[in-house]
Amino acid sequence: MSNIILSAKNISKSFHDPVTVQILKEVTFTINKGEFVSIIGKSGCGKSTLLYILSTMDTDYEGELQINGMMMANKKEAELAVVRNEKIGFVFQFHYLLNEFSVLKNVMLPGLKLGKFSSQEIEHRAYEKLKILGIEKEALKPPNQLSGGQKQRVAIARALINDPVIIMGDEPTGNLDKKNSEIVFDIFQELSKEFNQSLLIVTHDNEFAERTNRIIEMEDGRIIRM
Amino acid sequence: MKLKLLASISKSLLLARWKQTLVAAIGVTFSITMFITLLSFMSGLNDLLDGLIVNRTPHVRLYNEIQPSKKQPIDLHLQYQDHYNFVSSVKPKNELLQIQNSGAIMQMLKTDPRVLGVAPKITAQVFYNVGAIDLTGVINGIDVESENRLFLFKDYVTAGNYIDLKNTPNSIILGKGAAEKMLANIGDVIQVTTTKGERLQLKVVGFFQSGLQDIDKVQSYASMATTQKLLGESNAYVTDIQIKLKDILTAPQVAKEFGKLFDVEAIDIQTANSQFETGSSVRSLISYAVGITLLIVAGFGIYNILNMMIYEKMDSIAILKATGFSGKDVQKIFIGIAITIGLFGGMLGLLFGFGLSQLIDQIPFNTAALPTVKTYPINYNPKFYMIGTIFSIVTTYFAGYFPSRKASKIDPVVIIRGK
Repeated sequence: MSNIILSAKNISKSFHDPVTVQILKEVTFTINKGEFVSIIGKSGCGKSTLLYILSTMDTDYEGELQINGMMMANKKEAELAVVRNEKIGFVFQFHYLLNEFSVLKNVMLPGLKLGKFSSQEIEHRAYEKLKILGIEKEALKPPNQLSGGQKQRVAIARALINDPVIIMGDEPTGNLDKKNSEIVFDIFQELSKEFNQSLLIVTHDNEFAERTNRIIEMEDGRIIRM
Repeated sequence: MKLKLLASISKSLLLARWKQTLVAAIGVTFSITMFITLLSFMSGLNDLLDGLIVNRTPHVRLYNEIQPSKKQPIDLHLQYQDHYNFVSSVKPKNELLQIQNSGAIMQMLKTDPRVLGVAPKITAQVFYNVGAIDLTGVINGIDVESENRLFLFKDYVTAGNYIDLKNTPNSIILGKGAAEKMLANIGDVIQVTTTKGERLQLKVVGFFQSGLQDIDKVQSYASMATTQKLLGESNAYVTDIQIKLKDILTAPQVAKEFGKLFDVEAIDIQTANSQFETGSSVRSLISYAVGITLLIVAGFGIYNILNMMIYEKMDSIAILKATGFSGKDVQKIFIGIAITIGLFGGMLGLLFGFGLSQLIDQIPFNTAALPTVKTYPINYNPKFYMIGTIFSIVTTYFAGYFPSRKASKIDPVVIIRGK
């Protein structure tokens, strides 16, 4: 059982404006350590909504969510921030890098926030992560001088900096061309295989999903295939 | 460690928008500059005007007044004590203006811990004889040294040396107006006649200018000894005892006490010059109000700029929150920005305020009323600089507080999913 790093139990969510629409209906599943899972489904099936609930950013839901054995219900905003900082790495469709900082500093920021290591050590680790992703040469550039694919790789490096128990991605290849999508997928696969990193990726790219360990398919707020 | 990280993020955001930041900081700088300058100038002016009165007026003055006796002999008579006694046409007794036992009173006052200093004075009515014409005048017999120590006598002697009054026997310092009428120069000898008809030749050793023309036309100064000689009185003759207190605010109470104790008339400075205090406090109030208004306007500037910055930085805030920065952290980052603007703007404002005050201090300001003042008066009270610093930090804190609270409440899901 200790293998389970994320478990969702009967997760439901409704939007109430303008009329009540139940967007998630008692979603239940678990993810084990080292698993590379993708969530697919048509637009509006609730897959992104589910991801944001799992990411602890959305707290308006019913049901039980455990990450690394910890219950997420009844935690305060600041405590959830700590969980996100330490346990979860994010990759979004858009890279969300801060142009005010260099690539390296962008990767370092969550590490500095966690404050587990000294800043020299974090810098060293950030370089290592960038090396895994093959963009260590760009470390001192500002993000706006990088290509789209490079930016997304920096975002992945940032997600990795605190060695999270799980990386979550919301269409991480959605904005990328075929070649860059391929690179990003390869990186995810490498992380999963070589570093035993758990990944949960929301995508509508079926080709991408086919190559992951497990596909969770959703329709109308329910899981129809697991 | 954590604060350092937040501070470094604040700094980066600040520098990324340095032009906006500069505009906000200039707003604070300008308002603090004006605040400091306004208060320094206004308070300098207040001090000057107060000084006109306070420096030259004793805090408590003891004197005798010619007035009819309150108790007529018949009131004292045992047989008529229970009666209503009517005495018509009461006249004051030919009582001397002299303060009885003045030496002992002064000795006692000098040992009183509340008293800063005591200066005796004799007022003598005289005529200045100019050819065939007699001009009325008043000679104040003063103890030159204590008069100078307590009432800055030297500052009002515009020509000649004040100490000559003590060192030269039978000397006089003439009021400027009186001297002009008599065409008297320093070194000349003039003649005065007392009300009792005695004449004395006095050597002019200086001119005196109080700033009040009417006074300068009649008033002159001589030493105690000269005045006593002029009046034909003994060297114990004193008509006024002027007292300067350590704390001017205690004057009314002290005056009452001394009046009773020494059985003389006693008047305090507040009663004698009540209009001045009112003027000063109203002027201070106005300058504080204007200064604080300026600061609040600058505060709104900061508020606007931070608000704009937060709209621009929505994405950054969202990702910071997604990667583990709490709402409080985000709030601290933006308050950090506001306080930095306030601190730097404020510090520059203090410097510019000081500079501007110095500049005003150099502008010539000559007025016949104030012989000692050559430039505009400025009060460099550190209190204004303290208030300026505190206000700049407090206003910028509040200007930053509301936008930063909004930033802390940004829901990252809304921003990220909105893309």
